[in-house]
Amino acid sequence: RDCQQADIKHLSGWKQWKRTSSKSLKKILGEVKELSSYLVLWRHDIHSIEGKFGTGIQSYFSFLRFLVLLNFIIFILMFSFVTLPSIISQYGIFNSSFVKIPPKNIAPHCTVYEPNGNKGLVYFYTYLKDLLSGTGFLEVTSLFYGYYTIDAAWISILRYNLPLAYLLATFAYLALSLLWIIKRSVEGFKQNLVHDEDQFQSYCNKVFAGWDFCITDLNAARLKHRSLLYELQTDLEEERLKRKIADRTMKEKLRIYSLRIFINIIVIAVLSGCFYSIYRATVFSQENSNVSMRTLGQIQLGLANLIVQYLPSIVITLANFVAPQIFSILIRFEDYSPAFEIRLTLMRCVFVRLANIGVLLFSLWSQISYCDTEECKACGYNYELYPCWESEVGQEMYKLMIFDFIIILAVTLFLDFPRKLLVTHCSCKPVQWCGLQEFGISDNVLEIIYGQTICWIGTFFSPLLPAIATVKYFIIFYIKKISLLHTRKPTARPIRASSSNFFFLLVLLIGLVLAFIPLGISIAHIPSSKACGPFRSFNTSWAVVPDTILEFPTGLQQVLYGVASEAFAVPFFMVICLIMFYFIALAGAHKRVVEQLREQLVLVSIDPLF
Amino acid sequence: AYKRFSELLPKEERANACAARVPKSQILTLPELRANPFQHRICRVFSTSEHGDDSMSFEDFLDMLSVFSDSATSDIKSHYAFRIFDFDDDGTLDRRDLEKLVDCLTGHGEDSRLSNAEMEQLIRNILEESDIDKDGTINLSEFQHVVSRSPDF
Repeated sequence: RDCQQADIKHLSGWKQWKRTSSKSLKKILGEVKELSSYLVLWRHDIHSIEGKFGTGIQSYFSFLRFLVLLNFIIFILMFSFVTLPSIISQYGIFNSSFVKIPPKNIAPHCTVYEPNGNKGLVYFYTYLKDLLSGTGFLEVTSLFYGYYTIDAAWISILRYNLPLAYLLATFAYLALSLLWIIKRSVEGFKQNLVHDEDQFQSYCNKVFAGWDFCITDLNAARLKHRSLLYELQTDLEEERLKRKIADRTMKEKLRIYSLRIFINIIVIAVLSGCFYSIYRATVFSQENSNVSMRTLGQIQLGLANLIVQYLPSIVITLANFVAPQIFSILIRFEDYSPAFEIRLTLMRCVFVRLANIGVLLFSLWSQISYCDTEECKACGYNYELYPCWESEVGQEMYKLMIFDFIIILAVTLFLDFPRKLLVTHCSCKPVQWCGLQEFGISDNVLEIIYGQTICWIGTFFSPLLPAIATVKYFIIFYIKKISLLHTRKPTARPIRASSSNFFFLLVLLIGLVLAFIPLGISIAHIPSSKACGPFRSFNTSWAVVPDTILEFPTGLQQVLYGVASEAFAVPFFMVICLIMFYFIALAGAHKRVVEQLREQLVLVSIDPLF
Repeated sequence: AYKRFSELLPKEERANACAARVPKSQILTLPELRANPFQHRICRVFSTSEHGDDSMSFEDFLDMLSVFSDSATSDIKSHYAFRIFDFDDDGTLDRRDLEKLVDCLTGHGEDSRLSNAEMEQLIRNILEESDIDKDGTINLSEFQHVVSRSPDF
């Protein structure tokens, strides 16, 4: 400060003014930044969680916040481009009207679709059942695909091509999710690349950067001490284990490898068991729910009906719960190093969860495309059971999402809180030995990624699903936060924040890519239903795009055909491969330079005259 | 920041907070420092007191806050971290400094220290990773090199 004040006397008036203005500008910028950080959602909550439980758990909650925002933006996108024009034109606001072109060249029996809109006197529980399973009065609302049965909307003088907008909005939200996830994971990836070289540096990293200076609570500090001790001890133990592995004899290696192959076969058997049960459950549910769906019966029949409708969700949730437990037991026999154990179990759990959704969709499609009569082949899909099959798929996704939410609520209410009460008030040995549960970060993350994958797949069939997902994750944030603060003890094994962030985003990316596959097959391969939806007059949903291109001027058409042809794609692909090869070679060269410089440093210190 | 500093002073001296010095015991009551195992080293490093009693004036307090804030560059942070970790103030981190550092990290109780063999193994690994000129100690540039490649610092 004294230096600054001394300087001021020496400088001229102009320089003084420049300096004071730059100082006040910096101050204003700082205040604006602080104000804008107040607008960030849940800033204070996440900060307090970080202080009490460390950065690993905090990264889970930031991830949840990211998903809430992502779903909200997707909802805004779909709503403004698809739902809003439909609603405006159907109610004639702003002098708008809609156009329904009667489909030509289509057998009339394909176009019969009468959703049961529940008009007239109905029991109250029917509304509840409809709310939970998406049938009845919900089926005819804008929640599902079947509502958007117009071909174009006239708003003043503009012709709004709804089918094209629907398809483009779907591509847009997928592309938006992909870009946003990649952008967020690029920073994590850069650090992870450096981190990989870091294998040679993990001890220094832990010792010099191990203490989290944000901790303000004495209890948390004690736990952090213990976790650092545990981490250091595990690392040293792992190093000793690695040396032991390197010294293994041939006979031992053979024994361990054959054991591992055997256990992998068991894992595959478990997975096939899960998939088969999901397939049977879906087929059973589809066959039996259609029979009694349209009739109003007594309450028992209604409840049984509800359970049958929810059977796929129940089986999937059971599989998602049981399979990870089996995997964590099996992996103990495989004798890997602890870090690799954790990673392998996680990969297996991720695979189970995402593949379960895939099997559900596959079994749904095999039901929908099952065709044995001539009339059925004329439509391309099973028109008797599924006059509007996209709405059916949308309903399944809706049920999955609702059930997922109910399970999370139920587990927190009926498992965590009673356990906490039991542990605090009952002091007998077995209860105390069980103790409180830890906050399993990876399990919770896989749960919400599973929900998000369902949302991505389901949004094409049910445009308002992202809104439900936003509300669901919003509520889950508060549920998890309350459960964490009151019923959990912190993890003994800490997870580093930087690598966690990258791992969550990587698995989310896998979920997104996996969501592309069912959507691609639905849009391009399976014929769209002729009785409902914006794609009635097209063969498949994708057919909108070639039709629109044919309406463009011929010059533009030629350009687009050129871009999509092989003459362009193959050279483009080869150029990209060359660029990638160049970068890999560059990275290898840099690594070698670093090694050489390091050796030089050693030589310099030994021989100063060098 | 001025408010927090003046809160630490006893009532009589508050009017003249710019020039007063806060004794070490008061500083350690700050919530951020209370749970920190390096509290004593932090006070020692940032204090410019001639009497060696580790009291801090307002300028020292500001120095400390600016180094720990998010907008300080990695160079400044690593420079101060080196000084904090250097327990015997000799300008390098030798075996004894590293031992004391690890003990601070794992807690001060009897059952929360690493065994001697583990400590040996750990220190050998640390020196192997960061000691580039192989002289058995870590100087400032080696420390900064290691820290610049650490993502969690």
